[in-house]
Amino acid sequence: MRRELHAEWTKTRTAPGTAWLLSAVVVLTAAASAAVAATVSCPETGCDQDVARLGLAGVQAGQAAVAVLAVLAVSGEYGTGMIATTFAAVPRRGRVLAAKAAVLTGLTLAAGTVAVLASVLAARLILPGNGFTAADGHPPPSLSDGPTLRAAAGTVLYLALIALLSLGAATVLRDSATAAGVVCGLLYVLPLVPLMIGDPGLRRLLWQAAPANAGLAIQTTTHLDDLPIGPWEGLGVAAAWAAAALLGAWLLLRIRDVRA
Amino acid sequence: MTDHRTGGRDGFRRLVRAEWTKFRTVRGWVAGMAVAVTLVVALGLLSASGSHASCGMNGVETACTLTAGPGGEAVSDRFFFVHRRLDGDGSLTVRVNSMTGQIRLPDAVPGTRRVVAGVVPWAKAGIMVKDGVRQGASYAAVMVTARHGVRMQHDFTGDVAGTPGGVSPGSPRWLRLTRSGGTLTGYESVDGRRWTVVGTARPAALPATVEAGMFVASPGDLTVSRGDLGGASVQVRFTEATAVFDQVRVEGRAGGTWSHDDVGVAYEADGRTPHHPGRFAEAGGTFTITGVGDIAPSAEGTRIESTLTGLVAGLIAVIVVAVSFVTAEQRRGLIRTTFLAAPRRGRVVAAKALVVGAVAFAAGLAAAGVTVPVGAGILRANGNAVLPVSTLTELRVVAGAAMLTAAVAVLALACGVLLRRGAAAVTAVVGLVVVPHILATASVLPLGVAQWLLRLTPAAGFAAQQSVPEYAQVLGYYSPQGGYYPLPPLAGLAVLCGYAALAAVLAVVRTSRRDA
Repeated sequence: MRRELHAEWTKTRTAPGTAWLLSAVVVLTAAASAAVAATVSCPETGCDQDVARLGLAGVQAGQAAVAVLAVLAVSGEYGTGMIATTFAAVPRRGRVLAAKAAVLTGLTLAAGTVAVLASVLAARLILPGNGFTAADGHPPPSLSDGPTLRAAAGTVLYLALIALLSLGAATVLRDSATAAGVVCGLLYVLPLVPLMIGDPGLRRLLWQAAPANAGLAIQTTTHLDDLPIGPWEGLGVAAAWAAAALLGAWLLLRIRDVRA
Repeated sequence: MTDHRTGGRDGFRRLVRAEWTKFRTVRGWVAGMAVAVTLVVALGLLSASGSHASCGMNGVETACTLTAGPGGEAVSDRFFFVHRRLDGDGSLTVRVNSMTGQIRLPDAVPGTRRVVAGVVPWAKAGIMVKDGVRQGASYAAVMVTARHGVRMQHDFTGDVAGTPGGVSPGSPRWLRLTRSGGTLTGYESVDGRRWTVVGTARPAALPATVEAGMFVASPGDLTVSRGDLGGASVQVRFTEATAVFDQVRVEGRAGGTWSHDDVGVAYEADGRTPHHPGRFAEAGGTFTITGVGDIAPSAEGTRIESTLTGLVAGLIAVIVVAVSFVTAEQRRGLIRTTFLAAPRRGRVVAAKALVVGAVAFAAGLAAAGVTVPVGAGILRANGNAVLPVSTLTELRVVAGAAMLTAAVAVLALACGVLLRRGAAAVTAVVGLVVVPHILATASVLPLGVAQWLLRLTPAAGFAAQQSVPEYAQVLGYYSPQGGYYPLPPLAGLAVLCGYAALAAVLAVVRTSRRDA
């Protein structure tokens, strides 16, 4: 397995887009978090905001860069035909997928950690100026606080799961544009579908099933009882999506020819 | 087929035909467009069929109904009217001496009414001629308001400002309304001697015999509170206004005596007791009238464009197709053959943009053309009060959705040329168009940020689907979540088209200079 890992790492390291996309994960997440922190305010009369969730809101933007990184890791090879060479060198295709997943997970965890730390730092600097002070019962997010630490660490894990979900989807679909479209739909449009449903039970079920809704429940630190799904259960839903995508990818790699 | 020029109009026409042939022969692209149409229609009809409403009337559930004004739009028409018959031309003059009232504030202790003295900005007191006392009937009126000065209004949507300032016993205001044929002229005066014209109006359907008299109305007070998981909850609370009129003079063929109607009053469950009634008293030519409600266009109801919720999903499919239309050719190397056949590369990009834009327009037109009328029908069948709009507006909403789809397709194609990588281009365009719209309409962003997103990003183009305009004379919470875009339909579309055009120009320049 070391050989495969080394090969995938070399490919990823030398691909022109990788550094850009990893920077984009950090910059988009931190900038969007800072922008949200700068625009919300807590009036004198009090507010009901979840400070941890506000400070980490930028992940909504950063996850798009993670998805592109993951999609390009596999459909880049399909696009150029390089995939045939890869499978000629490593005929056990499952190992290629596993190595790709491992490299991608490592990179995403690293970039995600930097992005989340930068977001929390930005929130700590900006939120007190907008009325979120410890005196009002809204201390700025601090990683020494248990639920906030869970929200921050969970957000990093969430990004890694989105990367794996995108990797699986790209392997199944092979075309990079289609894969990016499907992942964007899952991340941004699927969370809207519950809003279109009249039946409360079905709406709740769909909310729980959407990877972006359920997965980001991990960021919630207040009013946990009002959430349709618990924080870790929600992250479990995102993990199930990632696992299903990877399983589908593995099965299709085994039974399908390299090129359609 | 002997002409081998690549320049000129013929050359471009041939290029367009070549690109069209490429598009229609790739199964995936045609299927992608079909998926886009299906998503818009299916999600739209799903959301329409999931939306049920019923309105209670005396304990009996009925379909929600709207009052329609003379122009067909939904209106609210509730006020206290002290009136008499007026045949033909004539005029009515009054002096408004004071305007007071009360406002119910949000309960501090749940269940305990908290009422304070005061008038809301658009509380109205004045004189009116109206086609009877039926709700929604044509009218013209001149009035003083609490905070918006003297106004001349007619047929719910017409509104002209007079001089600013309210009334008080120390500084009363004289009002006069004169009818001459179909034209009504409103005057105001501070002393009853020097009159200035506020405005003239030609109400749509004023018969020879009208009801003329004094009225008072007071719209509900509005409070907006932000929700935790996004959205805002808007609360409208009871208010009433009381005005004192004297120096009442009617000129012309006035008939009957003064009678009064609480126009549009709602009743309690017993069907007899009026809910928040108005009242009036007369003593020695002085009329004291208390009214509740508003005479204005109304946006209480479901909009036809709410059936287009699936558009964001459909747009993603269109973006994927438009990006692939260029990146697939780059990847397979076919682009080199294309450029060999047509060395003026900029024209190839232009031809591709034209083809993908036209196909996307057709797809958007088909999707919205089915979804809007069918979805609105389903909404009505489910008891929802769908805000009526003119056929022209409905056509504009459908055509706007098609224009939006076409412009997004051109933008996506250009980004595909510029970024070369399908995944990056698709995500970039989704991030530029779809995500800002979702953030602005379905998230926790504050109102100001949401509005700026819809002014500055290509998502401004979604304004093309707004069917009900904002009215300056109605205090409301005009937020993107409620379906109000900060830019007018055409301006929003222009912002999106600007982005698409800029990207297309960059793509043409880039293609001409870069190696294939």
